[in-house]
Amino acid sequence: MGDFVMNKTTTSRYEMRVREAYEAHKKSGAPVYILGIETSCDETSASVVRDGREVLSNVIASQADIHKRFGGVVPEVASRRHVENITLTIEQALAEADKKLEDISAIAVTYGPGLVGALLVGVAAAKAISLARGIPLIGVHHIAGHIYANRLVEEMDFPLIALVVSGGHTELVWMKGHGQFEILGETRDDAAGEAYDKVARALNMPYPGGPHIDRLAHEGEPNVPLPRSWLEPDSYDFSFSGLKSAVLNTLHNAAQRGETIEPANLAASFQDSVTEVLVEKTIRAVRACQAKQVLLAGGVAANRGLRERLQARCESEGIPLVIPPLSLCTDNAAMIAAAGYIKYEKGQFAALDLNGVPGLSLNENEQ
Amino acid sequence: MRVLAIDTSNLVLSVAVVEEERVLAEMTTNQQKNHSIRLMDCVSELLDATGTSPEQLGGFGVANGPGSYTGVRIGVATAKSMAWSLNVPVIGVSSLEVVAMNALGFPGLIVPLFDARRGQVYTGCYRANGLDAVDVQGDEKIILLQDWLPQLRDMAQGQPILFLGEDVRIHREAIAQELGEQARFASPASNHPRAAHIGYVALRRLQQAGSAHELVPEYLQLAEAEAKWLAQKQAGAVKE
Ligand SMILES: [Zn+2]
Repeated sequence: MGDFVMNKTTTSRYEMRVREAYEAHKKSGAPVYILGIETSCDETSASVVRDGREVLSNVIASQADIHKRFGGVVPEVASRRHVENITLTIEQALAEADKKLEDISAIAVTYGPGLVGALLVGVAAAKAISLARGIPLIGVHHIAGHIYANRLVEEMDFPLIALVVSGGHTELVWMKGHGQFEILGETRDDAAGEAYDKVARALNMPYPGGPHIDRLAHEGEPNVPLPRSWLEPDSYDFSFSGLKSAVLNTLHNAAQRGETIEPANLAASFQDSVTEVLVEKTIRAVRACQAKQVLLAGGVAANRGLRERLQARCESEGIPLVIPPLSLCTDNAAMIAAAGYIKYEKGQFAALDLNGVPGLSLNENEQ
Repeated sequence: MRVLAIDTSNLVLSVAVVEEERVLAEMTTNQQKNHSIRLMDCVSELLDATGTSPEQLGGFGVANGPGSYTGVRIGVATAKSMAWSLNVPVIGVSSLEVVAMNALGFPGLIVPLFDARRGQVYTGCYRANGLDAVDVQGDEKIILLQDWLPQLRDMAQGQPILFLGEDVRIHREAIAQELGEQARFASPASNHPRAAHIGYVALRRLQQAGSAHELVPEYLQLAEAEAKWLAQKQAGAVKE
């Protein structure tokens, strides 16, 4: 879907313009500047990245404060803010990169997965600018973006295993080369970040709860017995809803017996269970795929407990681990531009019927 | 000056390229609601058909609501992004005004409406101003139809009231019951918005356009979560 039909009988002026711009640019050997646009959830972000690796700007208009009052992201509110912020954010990204639209080689935009109303704003803006200025358009998968955030830090070494953990995703991805993604395992219920938020709510912590649990966990001892969800012996999938229920039951039972559980110990025990399963399955995938590198991606990569445990395990396995800085872990457009660069090199452009696809799969995006 | 006009705020998709004296092209469909997929191909096709390069456009007009929240956003995000990237002005035109313009010259009240569920309608009241414009009377609003009709009768002072819009057929019986002969209904050809009308409103108002960044939808309603939160805040239940 969304790709150029190169042998269509009539070619629009737009298609000709875009193709000419691409061919001329390829011939020139000049640096590739990609404008990234990301609006899949509650951050409006735009960025300019040079040659897929160097971030010239990465502007993020966060709505976190707005959604805090609702205890979670409200899709309609997020979409409304996106449409208010979108051109301002893009303008700022260009200004900070000291670039103009005429310097931009292609526009890369997240087209899924995500909140459909939110995705549509970024996609509409990207297509509009692409048509108005004859700039090639690239559709990027959000998870591919998270993974490619790593390339802004360190070159990829294939084959590699990427652990993607965020409020919406928990995935183990095997990559044999650029733009090739194979999902080994994913969550069967809640995403890891979701489980964190739910447990945080049970402990009366404000949204988003992940960072609070992480902080609290470091003050406690993991001495509350909680289950590990390994699933079938050969499975790389995850499941966190049972663990979440176990935490709620533990709290409930203690309350009924008139006992109190030290919240820090409960947080530490919960975090211990989550990170043990994430890290061990990652290491198992590394061995099975003979990976040369491990990438941690997604907002939960900011979690200190997970970082420390994965670092220690990768060290003992002797496998290099890349973790992007926090600003590149949470949703941002630089990672979208970085992933878009791979498609630019291959000339994989989207057509003007590119749509927001809330349930877009990573394999579907692979070409 | 050439202006590109867009309306995706409801089920109808309409795009036009106009000049001061002439509509160069207009495309309107009332079939599917996949505006996100179809809009830019329509724009591209119309530009090609009229031999217009994007750089030749001197401004943009877009229906900015009320209507389907998503539909309005697609139109507004597209128009403001195109205008911004070409550094030309963009004007938002009420989606209701666009439909009211189908009754240019009508002697009486012109009342466009869109269904807003649960007995409510998005609506406004217009009067023709000559043969090329309509002026809004009071504010556009979301209101229960049963509350709106008596207000209209008072405003009309015996003049006919013309109801316009694709959703009028849903409410036609209730309207006729309340207003009898005073209520008028138009040909189906006058019920859907035409982007060419937006083009002419834009041409008149482009001089007053602010920055493209400032163009936002007019939903006429808060998001449900925001409305609830505000109500709680007013009741003193939350602090901020
Ligand atoms: Zn994300």
